[in-house]
Amino acid sequence: MASLTSFFAPAAPTPASDKEIWVRGAEPPSLLAFGGGDQGREGKQLLVSQKELTSKKRDEFEDILEERRLSSDLRYAMKCYTPVIYKGLSPCKPNAIKSAVLQSEQVQYVIKQLAKEMGESPDIIQEEATEILDEMGHSMQLGAVRFFAFTLSKIFKQLFQRVCVNEEGMQRLQHAIQEHPVVLLPSHRSYVDFLMLSYLLYTYDLALPVIAAGIDFLGMKIVGELLRRAGAFFMRRSFGGNRLYWAVFSEYVKTMLRSGYAPIEFFLEGTRSRTAKTLTPKFGLLSIVMEPFLKREVFDTYLVPISISYERILEESLYAYELLGVPKPKESTSGLLKARRILSDNFGTIHIYVGQPVSLRTLASGRINRCPYNLVPRHLPQKPSEDIQEFVSDVAYKMELLQIENMVLSPWVLVAAVLLQNLPAMDFELLIEKTLWLKGLTQTFGGFIEWPDNLCARKAVLSGLTLHANIARLVDGHVVLNDKGVEDGAVGEIVFKHALAILMCATYRNQLLNVFVRPSLVAVALQMTRSFRKEEVYSCFSFLRDVFSDEFIFFPGISLKDFEEGCFLLTKCDAIQTSQQEIYPTDKGSVIVSFLSAMFKPFVEGYQLIFRYLSRETKEAFTEKQLIPGVRNFVFQLLEKGNTQCYEALSSDMQKNALAALVQLGAVKKKKMSNGFTYNVNQEAVNKILDMFDARIPVQKPVAARL
Amino acid sequence: MSSLLVSEKELLLIQTAVFITKHKSCFLTVWTFLVCHEDVVKIVELACKHNLCIIPFGGGTSVSSALECPEEEKRTIVSLDTSQMNRILWIDEKNLTACVEAGIVGQDLEKQLAESGFCTGHEPDSMEFSSLGGWVATRASGMKKNIYGNIEDLVIHIKMVTPRGIVEKNCQVPRMSTGPDIHHFIMGSEGTLGVVTEVTIKIRPVPEYQKYGSVVFPNFERGVACLREVAKQRCAPASIRLVDNAQFQFGHALKPQVASIFTSFLDGLKKFYITKFKGFDPNILCVATLLFEGDREKVLQHEKQVYDIATKFGGLAAGEDNGQRGYMLTFVIAYIRDLGLDYYVIGESFETSVPWDRVLDLCRNVKERIVRECKEKGVQFAPLSTCRVTQTYDAGACVYFYFAFNYRGISDPIHVYEQIEVMYIRAIVEGEKLMSPNILGKLRKRWMKESISDVGLGMLRSVKEYVDPNNIFGNKNLL
Repeated sequence: MASLTSFFAPAAPTPASDKEIWVRGAEPPSLLAFGGGDQGREGKQLLVSQKELTSKKRDEFEDILEERRLSSDLRYAMKCYTPVIYKGLSPCKPNAIKSAVLQSEQVQYVIKQLAKEMGESPDIIQEEATEILDEMGHSMQLGAVRFFAFTLSKIFKQLFQRVCVNEEGMQRLQHAIQEHPVVLLPSHRSYVDFLMLSYLLYTYDLALPVIAAGIDFLGMKIVGELLRRAGAFFMRRSFGGNRLYWAVFSEYVKTMLRSGYAPIEFFLEGTRSRTAKTLTPKFGLLSIVMEPFLKREVFDTYLVPISISYERILEESLYAYELLGVPKPKESTSGLLKARRILSDNFGTIHIYVGQPVSLRTLASGRINRCPYNLVPRHLPQKPSEDIQEFVSDVAYKMELLQIENMVLSPWVLVAAVLLQNLPAMDFELLIEKTLWLKGLTQTFGGFIEWPDNLCARKAVLSGLTLHANIARLVDGHVVLNDKGVEDGAVGEIVFKHALAILMCATYRNQLLNVFVRPSLVAVALQMTRSFRKEEVYSCFSFLRDVFSDEFIFFPGISLKDFEEGCFLLTKCDAIQTSQQEIYPTDKGSVIVSFLSAMFKPFVEGYQLIFRYLSRETKEAFTEKQLIPGVRNFVFQLLEKGNTQCYEALSSDMQKNALAALVQLGAVKKKKMSNGFTYNVNQEAVNKILDMFDARIPVQKPVAARL
Repeated sequence: MSSLLVSEKELLLIQTAVFITKHKSCFLTVWTFLVCHEDVVKIVELACKHNLCIIPFGGGTSVSSALECPEEEKRTIVSLDTSQMNRILWIDEKNLTACVEAGIVGQDLEKQLAESGFCTGHEPDSMEFSSLGGWVATRASGMKKNIYGNIEDLVIHIKMVTPRGIVEKNCQVPRMSTGPDIHHFIMGSEGTLGVVTEVTIKIRPVPEYQKYGSVVFPNFERGVACLREVAKQRCAPASIRLVDNAQFQFGHALKPQVASIFTSFLDGLKKFYITKFKGFDPNILCVATLLFEGDREKVLQHEKQVYDIATKFGGLAAGEDNGQRGYMLTFVIAYIRDLGLDYYVIGESFETSVPWDRVLDLCRNVKERIVRECKEKGVQFAPLSTCRVTQTYDAGACVYFYFAFNYRGISDPIHVYEQIEVMYIRAIVEGEKLMSPNILGKLRKRWMKESISDVGLGMLRSVKEYVDPNNIFGNKNLL
């Protein structure tokens, strides 16, 4: 770490600690000496964590399925369940919470307001609120929990080889639950996530969480109600305009949090990530659960980041289809029953890492002035101030970065990353060699690799190939993608099948990206600028970081710090050398630099394709729904003609992100219409960004200009 | 006699002043006893002439370092001890007012007034030692404010000596609408503007009848709800306080050994009734202590009204003894503090006021904060962290916190204590807003800006600038 901080300013005194340090923004002398233009949010205390980048100590894992295979599931489901609960909890029934919510000043206030505005009687609106609450509320029952404990035991044992949990994390969680209200923030890759988490808490005798679920689940007969009884509560996908709904919903969540009724669980990412890359966070629910603390209704709130990683994701092929535009099947019970054939499949190991609970009080101290809340009655709905909004966003990003940090990477992830750079076929021995090499590199970058029982590389790669036989296979000592049916189809068919295989494979490589993104963007910037001047590399890096801000997770506003980290990591693996003014790759490092930039090449090229489409093909205002098929066809044709090899540009996820990036860069105008958002392209601006991408013109960022 | 005293001092002061000019590196503190208003005027004049620093001193009961000499003060410091200015100058029975010298301490004031059948009814916890001038300078609050009011309601006229001269109103009318009340510059000025020398204060006939009482509540929440209702109906007795469980148990532990087997049997029976029959959890229940004052008939009527409200909130009348003991505890704690030091215990108390809807949150948060902070600072044993709702107002309540911890095994207990104390006040200030008789001083002035805004602070500063441009009253409190 010392060398990281001394990267720009050798003498900068930084307290060294193996824990995270909260640093004040815009203080290091290096910022003044170098750039610092976009760091202008002076005095803002950043929630930036200075990670210990060398081999961070992490907890050991324990397989919870092992015991399940040895003893009776029925007895397990019927076990005496006396969970650890919050110390200040006065136990109450789910219905008591609902009526408390209805009677609360917050909800009553909104009801009266609405009644006055619409000229209706408050009773009617109260009725409406009751209906909303009935639709939304959970009704946790031990019986349902036991039912799930039994069936899930059976199912999980069928599907997974092992379910590994860090027990120390569970112990920390146990303490946290007793002390203060707890919010569980797991990553979201699969529907299994929340089932697994509840199952886990049941196993460890902890209070079961109430889970914010999408309303779609209610469409499933029986299952929806079962989930409700297991602690799920349901939120509509969008209710921004509905004040009554918002009041009831937020009060419902806050009441449960304040009383410490149960840990509250929701997904920062808002939806399952189809690409296995962490999605940019949603802030709505987070700001609701932070409010009781900000209003001093609770002393503190613990936020617990939880990383759940799957060796093989249950929905992998569904996701790939969805990304290619085949609509997602609606959640339905019959669909669920049809999907039971997957029970015969093997989905490897799940790793669940329960992170250190983060105290909201600690995060806010010195940063947030809670006094403004003193002056307004607490039941008045209040729009959070800009400071608070920024704080919520920072906390959200911080939590996601913590999730990423503790996300377990399986050997197959490395194999997938190597394989994707060596298509269509790769020599098996070479693949093993490269995988091992990448393992070293990943560990240097702080990636959390679980290499099963020190297995030799050959076996690890082989077992990965066996598990993922649907993606890749071994043919005559070569590994090829498993795109069956390619031989006998039309050209379009071939491209589609091929894209499917690549996207599925990419899902696994993607798990590496957030660990690699900082050094890799430095590598990309080095190649794009073809210059060794640090300033130029930095402005290119910072440009890329802005463009990819929706694609990867960056803590807002610390471009320079990210750059420093990237450079530090590259220096650490001897890929580059740096001096005061310059950065140059070492002889040995060119392999690493080109590997890293090749890893991110699909994104660079994909964005170029999408931008090109936008700059040429779109003349009028369009909606996102119109754009995606357009881009897809455009890319599809290019692929058919063989003009590009960038299959990943077909991914609707990338297309949406690219659009969002342009909106943020100001090259596309987003307008709210009655039927959603429409977009208008500023051709000139997009062309300029494209030129920067193609390195035809040097990146001219205001930062660079001010240097 | 008085002039003699001052001339002696004069001599001494001038000598010191000369001494100081010769040896600029050192400074002296001069202790002066004053006997009357004129003495004060002379001393202040002298101090202005020679540029000395004055720190007024009343009862010396400050808990906020308000009397500490600022370290950076290089002038000679004159401590003005007003304890000899302790006479009642006159009593006006028609208007029920009395003019009193500011150095008189609470218990003497009450004793002397009682001789004529009157009282002020102002009873801050420190009333045994604190002085009238000190009450004015710190905006003190009294236990029985529900009947008699706080100091700002009691004061009719104030005479204060400042470096600019004497400030006072020219009449003793009950109310004036001539611009902002200048008394409010004086009250709470904490000795930064001048010395209060004489105060005309409201008096009342000594009440005919006094009765203590107490109510047990199943938990703190119900207790607070009951106090809120009492405040809402504006039927608060002279004093009503709600003591949390920890403090109740603390008070119980201090109960003297009972004299006879019969009383202990009776106590046992009462306990059985409350915990077993009524189902109160002895580790959760809390107690409200009550004090009624006035005509016998009215008191009994009033008592019934309050007990009726209490019953609605699950309260159970618990007798006079418990009530009386509760009030005793307040005074006892001051003595226990010194005793505690022998047993490795450091303690302190703080007060704050808070709107009704946040009382529970504040109590919980502050107590929690103390426990957490002690843990982080390496205190080995769980601290005592307790509170009582000590006053009720229309819009909120006053909460009084005690905390104490055992410093065995800590290398630097005083430092830890200070840290925790600072944190503690921060918790309160952050928690709601600052108020209370003893909240400012030096210890807490850093939160002044946050609590009254830049402009507010500027207003106070400009007053100071005009009244005392050379910072003669340089105790550095407040600003």
